[in-house]
Parts: sequence; structure tokens; C-alpha cells
Amino acid sequence: MTPIAVQSNDLEPTILKTGQTPRPERRGSSTEKETITHARSITARGVNVFYGDKQALKDINLDVQSNMVTALIGPSGCGKSTFIRCFNRMNDIIDGCRVEGEITLNGENIYAKGIDVVALRARVGMVFQKPNPFPKSIYENVAYGPRIHGLARGRAEMDDIVMSSLDRAGLIDEVRDRLDAPGTSLSGGQQQRLCIARAIAVEPEVILMDEPCSALDPIATAKVEELMDELKKNYTIVIVTHSMHQAARVSQWIAFFHLGDLVEQGETEQIFTNPEDDRTQAYITGRIG
Amino acid sequence: METEHIVTSFDEDLGQLETMISEMGGMAEVQLSDAIKALVSGDAVLAARAVKRDKDLDNFESEIGALAVRLLALRKPMADDLRIVIAALKISSNLERIGDYAKNIAKRTIVLERVPEIGDAVHSLIRMAGLTQAMIKNVLDAFSLRDSEKADDVRLRDEDVDRLYTSLFRELLTYMMEDPRNITPCTHLLFMAKNLERIGDHTTGIAEQVHFMVLGETPSDERPKGDGSSMIVSRPANSGKAEPK
Repeated sequence: MTPIAVQSNDLEPTILKTGQTPRPERRGSSTEKETITHARSITARGVNVFYGDKQALKDINLDVQSNMVTALIGPSGCGKSTFIRCFNRMNDIIDGCRVEGEITLNGENIYAKGIDVVALRARVGMVFQKPNPFPKSIYENVAYGPRIHGLARGRAEMDDIVMSSLDRAGLIDEVRDRLDAPGTSLSGGQQQRLCIARAIAVEPEVILMDEPCSALDPIATAKVEELMDELKKNYTIVIVTHSMHQAARVSQWIAFFHLGDLVEQGETEQIFTNPEDDRTQAYITGRIG
Repeated sequence: METEHIVTSFDEDLGQLETMISEMGGMAEVQLSDAIKALVSGDAVLAARAVKRDKDLDNFESEIGALAVRLLALRKPMADDLRIVIAALKISSNLERIGDYAKNIAKRTIVLERVPEIGDAVHSLIRMAGLTQAMIKNVLDAFSLRDSEKADDVRLRDEDVDRLYTSLFRELLTYMMEDPRNITPCTHLLFMAKNLERIGDHTTGIAEQVHFMVLGETPSDERPKGDGSSMIVSRPANSGKAEPK
């Protein structure tokens, strides 16, 4: 297997304690196991979120490891989408929403005073449930982010960024000869991959995906899942999904939310074969919705 | 915790799977019991019935396999549901093998025609059969009750079956050395004893599946084993050397 590089940042890679925080991805036979250490990418400590008087999340502690796919699962209204939106401060734009506690991205408190939220959202990209390309050409959809962040000096560099982003999003072969066509002319699955290309064009550290496949057919879903597997080599991915089987297929770490609590987290394999908490068991076996 | 699935037909499918395992287990119990009764009484008709019954167990295993595959494909079970399906698949295979061994015992009973009167061997064999039958009964109860402790207890009792087998092995070997005319009936009895010993092993396998099904992990500790027959060496009486212990 290809060794997964620890994302470069100012922190030393953390040696994790078994059972407490995520263990490295395991692949292949036991004889070829490699010891990989993952750095913590996002750390949430004592996070409470309120919508007005209503508390949506209660004292959440979670470490998101780099170069892994972390899936947040749980029934509707459990707080998983609220939580993922804390990571790029999307909740700031919701009236009456208040976030308490500490969330750090590679060691930096993202709720600290003086944080540039626009810059933060370039570091933490997001892909939504419904593909939402800009009403612009395919090329412009991808070029937009790098342009406003001043990442390209001249047309040639911008072309490079656009083409490599489309390539990494697995879309290049399907759009190479029609980069000027509107983004909205693509199929749903292609539009979603265009949104992923748009997100990675600004070289984020983390990609958040909120139900990225729920509007896609099985083939398009498989392509996005394959893409996630590929992207996790370079990025940290957090996905919210209602499909437990999708979580089982794509993630290495699972966090199960219920009624605002983080009930249980663990390696995907362990959660789906032998969860510890009765609520997790009831949810994943289809006994509570 | 909620015990019923939101989709009730899922509960029905899982319930059916459990019922089939219990029924199949019951059939294996009866088959073995008939084979042993036939051995004691020399009843060839009963023995023939036990042989014939094996086909039913084979069919049952196929049906359980088909239901398990359907459950995996259509329901995509998770956690304890997944473990039940996997355990049921393996348990049905263990029960099928138990049926094969019971059939083999019954077949040899038919060949022997009458109960051989060689020392205490037949009684030892019957005692061994009693132990394995109790193990099967208890492991099936453990499955129905989802009682991992009961299953663990069955697992530990296989050692007794193994010990009896080793001692019977020595005993039969002695009779064969004493008089070559004993060789044919003793060989049959020895194979029967081996069949019972293997039934004990498969029952232990079921106990391990029940443990996994209930607790989500396979029993970690190495269980004690008492089958020392492979270590027994026989030398001709005139070699001047005693049989090693």
C-alpha cells in the first residue's frame, strides 16, 4: 500500500493511545501492517452549541485525524450537521446560534478573536448535499477560489490549478473539451465532483462533506466515494452521512451522535461489528431512528 | 434499549433464522440419540433411521445458508444482527458435521450387527456419548438464551470428552493386542469413539460461535484439551520395551 504521509503542519505527529483516539488506518494483511501515525487535524473540546435557548450539542470532545475519513452519523436532529458546520464557522451566519468550547485547526483556535473567517473557509472547504456550482463556466467555477485568494500569478498558473483540481476530483476526462460550458450543464454527479474540485482548488487542509451523495445515483455515489478514498491521502475529510453503509465503506473513524450527545466514537470496523453503547447498537441495527 | 427493529419483517427473518438453528440442533440431537440407542440395543432399524436422517440435516444446512445469504444481501445487518447471521452460518455447518458423525456411528452399528462384548469398552463409549449429548443440549440452550457463560461452560467440558477418548483408545488397543479377533469390532468402536470426540469438537465450535454472537469477540483464552491419543505409541510385545506413557 502507499504510505500515507502525515500532513505537514507545525505540530508533531501525535502518537495515539489505543482506544482513546483514532488509530491509524489498517489495510492489507496483518503481515504487511505499517505503523502510521496521524496528526490531529481538528480538535474539539467541550463544545456546546445553542440555537437560542435550545442546546443542540452537549460537551462534545472529538479529535479529527489528518489523512483519514471521519464519519459523523446519527438520526436526524442529532446535531451532526451542526457540529460539522462549527469547523468552518458556518454557524456564524445563523441568527441566535452560539458556540462554546474550543475548536482548534492544526493547533490554532478557530474561534479566537481576529481569525479571518474567509481565510478559514479556504483552509476548511465544504461540499454540500445538493451540488451548488456557480452559474459560471466549469473553468470559472474552479478558478473562482484561487482568484479571490490570489493563489495564481497569471493565466498559466491558473490553468494549472484548474486542470490539476479537476484531475484530482476525477472529472478532467469528462470536461476537458468543454471547460467553457456552464457548470450547471453537467450531470448531478459531475456537478458534485465539480464542487469538490472547487473546494480543493484553494488547497484546503480539511474537506467537510455534508451528505455529499444523498442527491446522487449509485454510480455517481461510487465515484465520489472512490474520490474520497483518493483525496484522504492529501486531505483530512469529515463526512456527515445518513447512510450507514456509506460510512462503513468510506470512513476509518466513526462518531455517533444522538440527541446532541456524542455517544460513541471508534474505529469503523469496531463500531459496525461490536459497538459498546446500546444506543449505537440500536441505531446501526435499525431499532431507533 | 429498543429490542425490535423498525422494519418488522427484519425481525421475522432473524427470528426464522434462530428457529431454524434450534430445529436443526434438535434434529442432530435426535439423530445422535438414535445412533447411540441403536448401538446399545443392536437395533439395526433404528440405526438405519439415524443414517437416513442425515439427509434432512444436509437440507437444513442449505436452507439456513440460503436464508443467511438473503439476510446479508437484502437487510445488510450490522452489529449484533450481523453476528447472529454469521454465527448461524457457522453453527449450521457444525451441526451438519455432527450429523455426519452420528450417521457414521449408526452405520458402524449396522456393520457390527450385535453389541461386541469386549471388556468395558462399549460402556465407556456410551458414557462418552452421554457427555457429548449433554454438551449439544446445553449449547443449543445457550444459543436460544444467548447465554455466553453457559456456552463457555460447554467449551470447557470438551476436555472430559477428550480424556475419555484417550482412555478408550488405550483400552481398545490393549484388547486388540490381546486377541487379533478383537481387531475388527475394536476398530469400529475406535472409529465411533473418534466420531464422538469430533462431535465434541464441533459442539465446542458452536459454543465459541455463541460466545462471539453474544459478546462480539471470540474466546481469547486457550481452552484445555485432553486428547492425548496421538501421543500413544504401541510396540510389539516382544520388543522388550514397555509402552511409553
